[in-house]
Amino acid sequence: MSLLWLRFALGCYFISLIYAFVALTRTSDLFSRIALHAASLGMVFHFVSLVELFLSGQVVWASVHNGESLLAFLSMTFFMVIYAIYKTTSPGVVVFPVVFFLTFVAAVDEQPVLLTQFVSHKGWLVAHIILIFTGYAALVLSFGASLLYLLQERRLKAKKASSLISFLPALEVIDQIGYRSLLLGFPFMTLGLLTGSVVAVTTYGHVDFLDPKILLSVLMWAVYMVMVFTRWNSGWRGRRAAFLATFAFVAALAAWAANYFSTIHRFAAS
Amino acid sequence: MRFQLIGVNHKSAPLEVRERLAIPESRLPDTCRDLTAYPGIEEGMVISTCNRVEIVTHTTNGSADLRGFLHDHFHLTAAELDSHLYEFREKEAVRHLFRVASSLDSMVVGEAQILGQVKEAYATARAVGAVRGQLDQLFSRAFAVAKRVRSETAVGSSSVSIASVAVELAKKIFGTLQGKNVFIVGAGKMSELAARHLMAHGCASIFVANRTYDRAIGLAQKFNGQAIKFEDLYSTCDRADIVITSTGAPHAIFRREHGEQFLARRKNRPMFFIDIAVPRDVSPEMAKLDGIFTYDIDDLQQAVSSHVADRRKEAELAEAIITSEVERFEARLHTLDVVPTIVSLQDHLETIRQAEIDRVRGRLGQLTPEQEIAVEALTRGIINKVMHTPITTLKSAARESEATTVVDVVRRLFNLHDKVTTPPDKKDEVGTRQ
Repeated sequence: MSLLWLRFALGCYFISLIYAFVALTRTSDLFSRIALHAASLGMVFHFVSLVELFLSGQVVWASVHNGESLLAFLSMTFFMVIYAIYKTTSPGVVVFPVVFFLTFVAAVDEQPVLLTQFVSHKGWLVAHIILIFTGYAALVLSFGASLLYLLQERRLKAKKASSLISFLPALEVIDQIGYRSLLLGFPFMTLGLLTGSVVAVTTYGHVDFLDPKILLSVLMWAVYMVMVFTRWNSGWRGRRAAFLATFAFVAALAAWAANYFSTIHRFAAS
Repeated sequence: MRFQLIGVNHKSAPLEVRERLAIPESRLPDTCRDLTAYPGIEEGMVISTCNRVEIVTHTTNGSADLRGFLHDHFHLTAAELDSHLYEFREKEAVRHLFRVASSLDSMVVGEAQILGQVKEAYATARAVGAVRGQLDQLFSRAFAVAKRVRSETAVGSSSVSIASVAVELAKKIFGTLQGKNVFIVGAGKMSELAARHLMAHGCASIFVANRTYDRAIGLAQKFNGQAIKFEDLYSTCDRADIVITSTGAPHAIFRREHGEQFLARRKNRPMFFIDIAVPRDVSPEMAKLDGIFTYDIDDLQQAVSSHVADRRKEAELAEAIITSEVERFEARLHTLDVVPTIVSLQDHLETIRQAEIDRVRGRLGQLTPEQEIAVEALTRGIINKVMHTPITTLKSAARESEATTVVDVVRRLFNLHDKVTTPPDKKDEVGTRQ
């Protein structure tokens, strides 16, 4: 059943996805409202799907696809929070495609298998998953914001008359969205890694730092920290910040992909 | 009507060219004198604003070498300059001037500033005696037309000024202007206006730096701001988020290294430079820095042009007014051209009539008052009847382009001597007009 709801959600996200592409070329108030409603409705279905999953008795989130579904939902939540504060749908340009992709992959087929049978402290595992994914979602937003910042900066620099009526919010607003997501995401990511270590230690007795998953996760965390630091210390933004954010994002993707190579952090294969 | 006009404006020439032609206010009187001393030019004046340099003249034969004047005066070659120039003669020159004064040729159509600038240029030229009869008439009319356009169309209402565009751009960068600081470099009217707009949108405080410190203090007081000594400009400028700069400096005063300093001190928070100076105050190198957003006067025009569409309709209405005004002015000038001829024609015939009556009176002897009246009426009647057609022809010809030909023919036929009314000498008025 949860998969069915997820597919409903996917349909709604599809409408948002179209918005993401159209918004790049022209501004339409009506369309952004439609996209917003579609996204909200999608979130409702998505939420139902996640709740059903949870109620199904086992914590199956640790399956790759359920993880993706959760990440999509959290990213969408972030997007909505930003909309509530800044009244802008523009981060959707980046968030919607990511969410759609994640939901799409998650909704393709059922995947109940999990690799949690050895885990002794399920509570730590749940905490780990939620914290890490919140961190990921914040990273997606911050990555999106840095791309939008670049875009808006270009438009302002190119002095296009159309920049006056663009769909993008003011440069400083984009900057704030990015910075706040970054600041919010960092503690989640840090705590997520810590709880992960706890799970690893309690399960295997030690943390294997040479494992690709762990290595990449630590790398991602380091880049994340550099981003927060350079931003806090010298106010890096624009091109340099976008470069770092892209690097962090790629590191995050690599860390995710490492699930397939890791000996200790492997999800059950489908 | 031997008006000739040459110039460049924001549409015909890029900023780089206009920078080289810009004439500082202090040198305007000399330029006007040079202009009137140039061969073939009777009267002349110069309008130099950040968007245009126009030379308006009344010439002796309608084909003075104005390009030559520009080349000599600015030490520019034909290759550098000529492709950017426009030149109008007679009717078209009048039309262009009317359009300029009515702000139809402005970067921001309908903005009110240009009329004031033209009036100032006129006063300057008049003070040095470069403007007398003909240009005087032309400009008085131009001001009246501008007034008419303003009152009869909506071109000037809800004016999209440079200032409001600057506010809009600032909002694109900063979102809200609450708490932002503004720095005015070079106290000018335009920067004052822009600052006023920014303050109205919530900017927190204002700094003013000017070469003349007293003027900085004066302007700062208007906004409850803070005057800054010009030498402290670079050490304080980074406190401002928005910098409006309009100094008369011949070179850029903000260079790349300054921008780097500012950004370092501001932790890379963006800065917005509104550079309304010509020549520009912000070097293009500095404008390339990440975090520095510079809009010069041309960029502002581009931003403005997106608003202009709304006004196109009103502008069309204004153009129609201009067209009818140009025709009226032309007709009036021509009428003025034929008036001396009509007067001398009447004088001429009156002299003949008087002479004939005097000659005949001897032979007729004493006339009774009734006879006197009858003779008077008879002779006058004949003359008026004969004169009627030539005078109406002259008057109607005045409205056509053939006026000069008709005037010539009449003068020759009646052997009228040149009695051209010279424009009253206005030298005694020099300096009396502000």
